[in-house]
Amino acid sequence: MPHTGRPMASIREFLTLPRDRQRRYNFAYLDEHSKREVRRRLLKAVAIPGHQVPFASRELPIARGWGTGGLQITLALIGPHDVLKVIDQGADDSVNAVNLRQLIVRTTGVRTTTDTRHATVVQTRHRIPEEPMTADQVLVLQVPEPEPLRHVEPSTVRARRMHAEGDYSAMWVRLYEDVVRWGEVTISSQYPVRVHRRYVMDPTPIPRWDVPRLHRAEVLYLFGAGREKRLYAVPPFTEVEPLAFDDVPFRVEEFGGARCRRCGSEASFLNASFDPVTGARTFVCSDTDYCTRRMAALRFEETAR
Amino acid sequence: MTAGAPLLRVDGLTKIYGSCCPACVALTGPDVGTNVCPRCRSVVACADISLVVDAGEIFGIVGESGSGKTTVLRCLYGDERPTSGCARLASLEDGRANVFEAPPRRRHEIRTRLLGMVYQHPSLGLRMDLSSGANIAERLLMVGQRHFGRIRARAQGLLERTEVPVGRMDEPPRRFSGGMQQRVQIAKALANDPPILLLDEVTSSLDASVQARVLDLIRELQRRLGVAMIVVSHDLGVIRLLASRTAVMKDGRIVEVGLTDQILEDPQHEYTQLLVGAQV
Amino acid sequence: MGYVAARGGVEAIEQAQQLARYFRLRGGSAPVDVRQIQEQLRFAVDRVMGEGSLYSPFHAALALKQTEGDVSESALMLRAFASTCPRSHVSGVARTAEMRVVRRISAAFQEVPGGQMLGPTRDYAQRLFEFALCDEREEHVREFLAQYVNGARIETDGASPVFPKVLDVLRAEGMVASPPRRAAAEADRPFDITRKALTFPAPRSARLQALARGDTGGLLAFAYSSMRGYGDVHPTIGDLRVGYMPLRVCHPEHGVPVMAGWVLATEAEVIARFAAPEGNGGPMFTVGYGLCFGHNELKAICMAVLDRAMNEPVATAPAENEEFVLSHVDPVESSGFALHYKLPHYVTFQADVARLQAAQLHAAHRKADGVDS
Repeated sequence: MPHTGRPMASIREFLTLPRDRQRRYNFAYLDEHSKREVRRRLLKAVAIPGHQVPFASRELPIARGWGTGGLQITLALIGPHDVLKVIDQGADDSVNAVNLRQLIVRTTGVRTTTDTRHATVVQTRHRIPEEPMTADQVLVLQVPEPEPLRHVEPSTVRARRMHAEGDYSAMWVRLYEDVVRWGEVTISSQYPVRVHRRYVMDPTPIPRWDVPRLHRAEVLYLFGAGREKRLYAVPPFTEVEPLAFDDVPFRVEEFGGARCRRCGSEASFLNASFDPVTGARTFVCSDTDYCTRRMAALRFEETAR
Repeated sequence: MTAGAPLLRVDGLTKIYGSCCPACVALTGPDVGTNVCPRCRSVVACADISLVVDAGEIFGIVGESGSGKTTVLRCLYGDERPTSGCARLASLEDGRANVFEAPPRRRHEIRTRLLGMVYQHPSLGLRMDLSSGANIAERLLMVGQRHFGRIRARAQGLLERTEVPVGRMDEPPRRFSGGMQQRVQIAKALANDPPILLLDEVTSSLDASVQARVLDLIRELQRRLGVAMIVVSHDLGVIRLLASRTAVMKDGRIVEVGLTDQILEDPQHEYTQLLVGAQV
Repeated sequence: MGYVAARGGVEAIEQAQQLARYFRLRGGSAPVDVRQIQEQLRFAVDRVMGEGSLYSPFHAALALKQTEGDVSESALMLRAFASTCPRSHVSGVARTAEMRVVRRISAAFQEVPGGQMLGPTRDYAQRLFEFALCDEREEHVREFLAQYVNGARIETDGASPVFPKVLDVLRAEGMVASPPRRAAAEADRPFDITRKALTFPAPRSARLQALARGDTGGLLAFAYSSMRGYGDVHPTIGDLRVGYMPLRVCHPEHGVPVMAGWVLATEAEVIARFAAPEGNGGPMFTVGYGLCFGHNELKAICMAVLDRAMNEPVATAPAENEEFVLSHVDPVESSGFALHYKLPHYVTFQADVARLQAAQLHAAHRKADGVDS
């Protein structure tokens, strides 16, 4: 049973706690000071859309690289009345999503849901939910690599300078070479976007399919990189454009006319899969909540007829 | 731009490496015969350099190695920060702003739009890991061009103009001969139509036969495009061929400046006489 | 409304964890006592404390038991645990000159002030198996302890031995420069990399912290590269000492320093080739410094070598590049990221497939059009 997180007034107070309470966890695991620092940094991030704000990332009982950045944001924001959804690759029951959700629930006791419409905080890895999110919600994205320039400039010192000077030519040259060689840009996920016409940002490894959802959205997008220790944000109604040449437009993925084998959707991102028995290739919606609700609606229609 | 105003005006450009003391400039120079300050061991690479370049002209700087001529170019382009001095470009705030004191965003603009630089070693001016076309495209992308087709067409056009086979534009320059690499560098430097091109010993590492071809190209480009140039070389032959006016440098100072023909025919300074005598 | 159990994933995780527990216990041997780990596997415990960046032999030992000896995982557990502990105090500066030395050697001179003290080391033993250890019993332990302690000659003249630093001797002789003066702000309050994100160039205290928490293997690889020619640090160990350092904190009410405890630490000071320093001093030896929790000589030496390597004004080798080294030596970050590739990546892979298909189509069209690809 987690106890409320009031900072200790003094070491004397801490020592007078019964021994077993000294080993309990604060609400939402992190101490209040740490949570406050994350929130302050997030405010700065929101004030400068797309700009990476360094923060003193705490270690958590989840390995680095497995979502500690997104987790710190969620832990810093979540309150007892929030409703939480955690997804990975669009699925609520993906093993890592389960693990993260369990830690958050264990240290907060908050209600959870798989229905995107009912969540107040959604933490996600590699997908944005198909259901358009609203101004009452926050989407927290887990970031493996916050630096969009990393592959053209490994040094963070030089990359910072490029951001400061707004000089993204190293990135653009890479896109030029792609078009020369392959006819279009070959970046598949982590497609670089320009935010508020200023900073180029890495939107995390979401597929191209999800990139247009960042543009002028109602929802607040928060990005956390725990291992690399950076936070950034896209506030509501911000312009977010994928980097593209005027005459070589940005295109999202195509599925060759395939439909989800469960709900029949053609309008969602599909995962290719292999039938374990027949070996045949099938497609299923990546967003399990979207798929499940569609199936329920179809069944309802059928029974209504 | 005021009519008759020079394209570039440099006043008192000085670059000293090391701890620097008040006597540095006074205790070095061609009269003393050294660049190194005897008191603090700083190296006075160049001092009190003043020159003027008019639109469309080729200005030469000649001197042996260590004379400071490359340093002047590097300071103008922004590869080095001068110790003191000022440089004014007619296209920058009508010649009022000092290039050396420009803030970073402005300096970036100067390097991409107002100046072009061609280095002695192609690896300094080209990115060997990119195709030649991409090297030129980089300059265009730096100034905000976003139309792939037009960028590629312009790159093609520049390569044609510098006599690089267009069929090789998607190859990295490391596969090219030295002469061709230099021509790609020149194409790259011209990408954004800068009013001034800086050329630092561009033919010095090339074979004599290849040199001639590149020099002809430079002359041809200057004639056709009307771009002003500052050509730095230790070779009087190159200077004679290209420059209308020339400055002679020794031990970090300009010892003589004037019309190239006059300097070569009737050198005034002792050192210039030595130089002309040795190379003629 | 409670936690909504999603199908499949939860059960699989639980089963996996039970299976892991089974793998630990299936042999049927007596469960390992945390105290046994703490007492008899001290190098593992010390390594976990050093990389976990938390001095608590008990927690390190428990972590080793829980993770079945996985040093990386144990370090992560300690770091995560530290995140929940309130930061009540910052100790005063601990002086290694006050260290109660257990072991001290110097490679710089045959004899040094204070003497060479081998301490508890197996450095000079042959690495042959002692099969008798298979039959070690509690009565053997009791017998040995009684015999050893009774037979030991303990000097009780009261004075603790003093071991002046070799580097101080060299400084007095003008062969080593005095440490540069730190900016006042840094001297008062060292940079805390657990409270403030590291940026480059890093202040000295930040660099030393990052190295002190670094992965022993990672530090070894980089330091080795420097010794072997990618860089040029051939260190002479001026001082290597292992011992207990007193930690003091300021009493919250009375304001006087009070003892908080003793911390076992290893310290290395190395001497490297000389250089002409900035300013007008003549040539002097350059130095490197290393310090870590517990008894970990390899880490302290490598840390000192890297500290020296990173002082090169121009980095010509990876080990000399501070950003490169410090970005890649944290054990929790590096192992976490390396292992995160085990997580599902099927959406990003699907996206990659889509791009490949588009590119293949493009190449096929170009071929059909007779254009060279």
